[in-house]
Amino acid sequence: MGKARSAARGKASAAPAGALGGRARPNPNPFEVKVNRQKFQVLGRKTRHDVGLPGVSRARALQKRTQTLLKEYKERDKSNVFRDKRFGEYNSSISPEEKMMKRFALEQQRQHEKKSIYNLNEDEELTHYGQSLADIEKHNDIVDSDSDTEGRGALSAELTATHFGGGSGPVPGKAAQQPSGGEEPPKSRRELIEELIARSKQEKRERQAQREDALELTEKLDQDWKEIQALLACKTPKSESGGGKEKPKPDAYDMMVRELGFEMKAQPSNRMKTEEELAREEQERLRRLEAERLRRMLGRDEDAHSKRPKHLSADDLNDGFVLDTDDRRLLSYKDGKMNVEEEPSGDSSGGDSGEEEEEKGEGWSEGGPEDSDSPDGHSDLESDADSEDARSADGLVGRESDGVEVRAQLQGDQRPSPGERLPRDDRAAARAQLPYTFAVPESCEELKSLLSGKSMEDQLLVVERIQKCNHPSLAVGNKAKLEVRWLSPCGTRSGQRPGSHGTDGHRALAVFAAGYFPWGRASKRGLDGCRLRKLFGFLLEYIGDLAVSDPPDLGVIDKLVVPLYDLCQMFPESASDAVKFVLRDAMHEMEGTVETTGRAAFPGLDVLIYLKIAGMLFPTSDFWHPVITPALLCLSQLLTKCPVRSLQDAVKGLFVCCVFLDYVALSQRFIPELINFLAGILHMATPNKQSQGYTLVHPFRALGKNSELLLVSDEEDMATWQRRSLPLQWAGGLKAQTETEANHTRLSCLALCLALVRRCVLAYGTLPSFHDIARPLRALLTEHLATRCCPPTLQELSRSVLTEMENQPRHYRPLVCEKSKPVPLKLFTPRLVKVLEFGRKQGSTREEQERRRLIHKHKREFKGAVREIRKDNQFLARMRLSEIMERDAERKRKVKQLFNSLATQEGEWKALKRKKFKK
Amino acid sequence: MTAGTGRDVSGAPGGGATGLVCPAWGGGMEGDAGPGDARRALGHLVEAVLASRGEANAVFDILAVLQGYPANTGISPQSEDQEEIQEAVHACSRLFGALLARGELFVGQLPSEEMVLTGSRGATRKYKIWMRHRYQSCCNRLGELLAHPSFQVKELALSTLMKFVQLEGEHPLEKPKWEGNYLFPHQLFMLVVGGLLSPEEDRSLLLSQFREYLEHDDIRYHTMQAASNTVARTTDGRPEVPLTFWNNAFMLLSSVSLPRQESTLSSFYVKHTELSDKWKVVHLKEHRKAFQQMWLHFLKHQLPLRVCKKVLVIMHDSILPHLAQPSLMIDFLTRAYDIGGAVSLLALNGLFILIHKHNLEYPDFYRKLYGLLDPSVFHVKYRARFFHLADLFLSSSHLPAYLVAAFTKRLARLALTAPPEALLMVLPFICNLLRRHPACRVLMHRPRGPELDADPYDPTEEDPAQSRALESSLWELQALQQHYHPEVSKAASAINQALSVPEVSIAPLLEVTAFEIFERDLKKKGPGSVPLEFIPARGLLGRREDLCAQHFTLS
Repeated sequence: MGKARSAARGKASAAPAGALGGRARPNPNPFEVKVNRQKFQVLGRKTRHDVGLPGVSRARALQKRTQTLLKEYKERDKSNVFRDKRFGEYNSSISPEEKMMKRFALEQQRQHEKKSIYNLNEDEELTHYGQSLADIEKHNDIVDSDSDTEGRGALSAELTATHFGGGSGPVPGKAAQQPSGGEEPPKSRRELIEELIARSKQEKRERQAQREDALELTEKLDQDWKEIQALLACKTPKSESGGGKEKPKPDAYDMMVRELGFEMKAQPSNRMKTEEELAREEQERLRRLEAERLRRMLGRDEDAHSKRPKHLSADDLNDGFVLDTDDRRLLSYKDGKMNVEEEPSGDSSGGDSGEEEEEKGEGWSEGGPEDSDSPDGHSDLESDADSEDARSADGLVGRESDGVEVRAQLQGDQRPSPGERLPRDDRAAARAQLPYTFAVPESCEELKSLLSGKSMEDQLLVVERIQKCNHPSLAVGNKAKLEVRWLSPCGTRSGQRPGSHGTDGHRALAVFAAGYFPWGRASKRGLDGCRLRKLFGFLLEYIGDLAVSDPPDLGVIDKLVVPLYDLCQMFPESASDAVKFVLRDAMHEMEGTVETTGRAAFPGLDVLIYLKIAGMLFPTSDFWHPVITPALLCLSQLLTKCPVRSLQDAVKGLFVCCVFLDYVALSQRFIPELINFLAGILHMATPNKQSQGYTLVHPFRALGKNSELLLVSDEEDMATWQRRSLPLQWAGGLKAQTETEANHTRLSCLALCLALVRRCVLAYGTLPSFHDIARPLRALLTEHLATRCCPPTLQELSRSVLTEMENQPRHYRPLVCEKSKPVPLKLFTPRLVKVLEFGRKQGSTREEQERRRLIHKHKREFKGAVREIRKDNQFLARMRLSEIMERDAERKRKVKQLFNSLATQEGEWKALKRKKFKK
Repeated sequence: MTAGTGRDVSGAPGGGATGLVCPAWGGGMEGDAGPGDARRALGHLVEAVLASRGEANAVFDILAVLQGYPANTGISPQSEDQEEIQEAVHACSRLFGALLARGELFVGQLPSEEMVLTGSRGATRKYKIWMRHRYQSCCNRLGELLAHPSFQVKELALSTLMKFVQLEGEHPLEKPKWEGNYLFPHQLFMLVVGGLLSPEEDRSLLLSQFREYLEHDDIRYHTMQAASNTVARTTDGRPEVPLTFWNNAFMLLSSVSLPRQESTLSSFYVKHTELSDKWKVVHLKEHRKAFQQMWLHFLKHQLPLRVCKKVLVIMHDSILPHLAQPSLMIDFLTRAYDIGGAVSLLALNGLFILIHKHNLEYPDFYRKLYGLLDPSVFHVKYRARFFHLADLFLSSSHLPAYLVAAFTKRLARLALTAPPEALLMVLPFICNLLRRHPACRVLMHRPRGPELDADPYDPTEEDPAQSRALESSLWELQALQQHYHPEVSKAASAINQALSVPEVSIAPLLEVTAFEIFERDLKKKGPGSVPLEFIPARGLLGRREDLCAQHFTLS
């Protein structure tokens, strides 16, 4: 058995031994192979240690240790160190040649220093690879290889033959010849070489000539190509040559003209639209705006503000915009010129029927655009004339009679003050006295100084001119924006004469504008647009001043609302900020007094007018609006914190009620304060205070000095009273009234109050608890009716209000919550984690994974190091043991030897002794 | 010239033994006009009196100046008069302070002047009695000066009197009945407190000056006693007590604040060498008794409403915790609770403490609370306080459902007249009630209920049990979903869904004012640009169909 195995091992080991020459171990000894058997096959698992060669690796480790650790161990007590100081021996970055050179240099240096400092003549011996060059030079068969540098790598056959193998072939022949002539062989050899050289030189020359030819040809070809190229593309060189000079100063005018030209060219893509299309577009636009408003009113877009409704942004309005009035035809567009021939017809009709049109509610939307157009053009022409320094009213009128006519007609049309209208010429003259251009005022005082002391019309004109002269579109010079800005103020009323759009309004206007604005001036006025932004605030302040003046100049305010609206459309942000600012001021003032006394006096007319104006500039029906919501709170504060102490307060309060109800006219929102206030006013007009069925809240007292403020007891005044609108001025400064007038005002207030109650009934009739809301009002009205202390018309009114109140439906449907989704039960489902790669910790971030990897690696390395150290120690112990054993064996051997020699000595000595004894 | 001089005549022979003579320098003062001179002259007089008993009659001159009869007979302007009086007060303070310290005033029951003078006792005794009488008249005059029109004089008089109180406490003018008897100048102090609690004039400034003396424990204790005496004396037999008296009294009473711990009763105004444990003053319990006595005596009267409100405002914080027996306040509180209106709201706080901490059984408490809910609740100044308490009262989860439903319904009704700042508070309040009491959720969720013609809830019913609130629904909140303010509308819309479980804390909402909401709305930024009106404005009054245009004209 043992033999067989050893034989097999011998065989097996023989094979690798034979193969060792080629590869390392292609076929290891199967008895040395250790196989780690896998119990289960796992798909996708990488097995790295299934097969190992423990013997081999142990041997390798042992070898390594012997080389390193053992060496160290043996040298442990030695302080001498062998150091290899050969230059660059272990430096792999130096190439061997360099290394040699340096070594040589060093050697030379050393020698030079030592011995031969004074040895001048002795040349050093040059060597090549250890051989003396002097010896090498003695060989005469060295060929000068300069000649064949050209033909490197292409050795001719002869050359090769002569140099290397040449000896073998011709040599025998030559050798045969040699003996014949003693001197010939060297000669022939030289000749051969010379021949060879000559031939190669010739070849070289030929090759050179060839190359020169090719070069020449190429050059020629290049030249030819250049000529052709010049012919082909003559433009490029031109532009290169010309651009250098012209580019540096491009004329602004040229650029503008070119831009305009391109714009004009791009225009034809917009087809002129037919009337039906325009009408449809307009309807579409209005419908969209209305839808937007409704959406905002319901407050549904709280989360999804995808984009601002288009009509809000400047770019949007021009989209579907159409001028929907007849006057549009004044600006009709024919062959690129403005068509003004049809004006006279419009003039006659427009001027006369101005009022009628207003009655119909159309006049404004008609007038708007033209109003904004014509004075602008006018001022621009004017400023042209200004620059020429040759301006006179007559000359002006003569020069641009058309334009003036347009303007005059339009203004007559749009100003709703037909009675005061001057004859055209007078008006033109009057206008001429005002400067035609205005800088935007830098402060409110400046604006006031501009406007003060002028008539209403002049004030309006000044504002208008400021606005036009500093129009932001002039700065931008951008057609699209211009259209928008120009047209935005002329938003049209919904549903009015959808079919009457005569011309393509925005187009016509754009051309009109283009014609009127010399573009070169645009840049000069660039900054004015920004300053115009402030104008809104100044105007607002000015309006406030007008409102608190005595008597309040409401007419001017009335007219100033239009430019305010325009400015607001241009600069929504700054306008909203300005309105917020005045509202904050008003509230702050009120808050101060409320804090201390718990109530406040009604503010001046200016605050009321601000509130009213805010309602006209911004959509009041929005669920939330940055300006309107605070304004609503402000109104609410006015109604809850300001007690009614005088007739004037009552008028103010009722005006606030009107504004409040106008705010919620579309959204029909509920205002508890308003109901309270109306109840309070009714209470003041009711004589006997049984106070049944209702309680008054804060600003009103059931009994007190003002509890009968609105009560009229004079029969005669009652008889003479006629129902009419209350003048708003009374809210400002009401004075010098006779008792009769006061009584009439009281009755008017009562009538207004009743009208408002009626409005509330209509608005809130559908609210689920309407009857609870209206209970105090109903109680008051019945009481009021019972006393019969007012004119029959009012009794009639209150009776009708009462019946309407009664007629409102009484539906009390029990409330039901909206169904909410059932909350799902908690389930114990296993947590599923997607396995991306086996063997790697999942479910953590990259950093965490990296950290874990490092920890793992450290652990493994640590273990490995410990193992290695242990093995080192074992190895050393083994070595020490073997050393000791060796030493012991040596000693034993020596002792043995000693004994041996002693024994022999003894034996010899005994033998000698015995010999002696024998003798 | 005056009564003083009259007495001078009678006093001079009495002091004849010690050579009391009216000095002739009185005329010398007549020439002096300036206050500096007056001061110097008074200084001489004081020194003279203090130096020898023979000069004692100079006291009359000082007292004469104090009386406001200046030595120079000419009519002097008011300001000079004031200054002279002040000088006189200073002089008196120095003089009698020194005399008290020296013990040159008679100690014990003071015999009448005539009796002593006619009797034949020792001259020293006579002198002491005589001087004690002068001291007495000086104190009386100082008490009168508390009503002087000039505040500086008042202040000076007060501080001088208090100085006398201190000195007299240290050197008592009555004989101790036993060893270690606690003696305090009660009469003098009564004079001070009586001067402070004037029925004629508002003494709030002087009272705030007096407040610093109240930091001393003994002064506080005696003030409480004196105040209750004074109140009793002033109201006794008088049908109508002026408002100023009540105001003064309230001012004094409210400035008395007891310490919370007993250990601090050692800061005495009157310096004692050692404090005896037997004295009442050193025990907080006695202080409490006095405190309680004082307030009860004060509150048993028919107080004006404003004072009543003031008392109720501080009741829970600074009165009830210090009473020895807080439940004694019940009479006052129930009376206030029955008055109605804001006073009732304020009384709630005190009642709550009594019910909560002192086991007070209050019949029909919730019914009365229910009665307190009327529209003015949202407009009064104490709204936050009221709703804070109402939240506490209704926080119990053991309240019957009908009661909570009635409250809910009542609040919802009232919300129909409330301003937005109140609505923002009361709507979460209502929702919290519904959250706490699931039985009341039928108010917001009644599936398959029949459609009704009228609201079954009866708002005029006073008894919440009879109001049939549980049969109703919160239609009011449904109406308020249409409120013009977006936040109110959102708050009211909370009942559309099933309510979330956690309650909304209403504490931060209690104090919200309309102005704060306004500021918040102003600061809020909307997304994108500001929406604009697309219908162009025509004029100030707006479009034709607008109410403004219909009912107002510009001229």
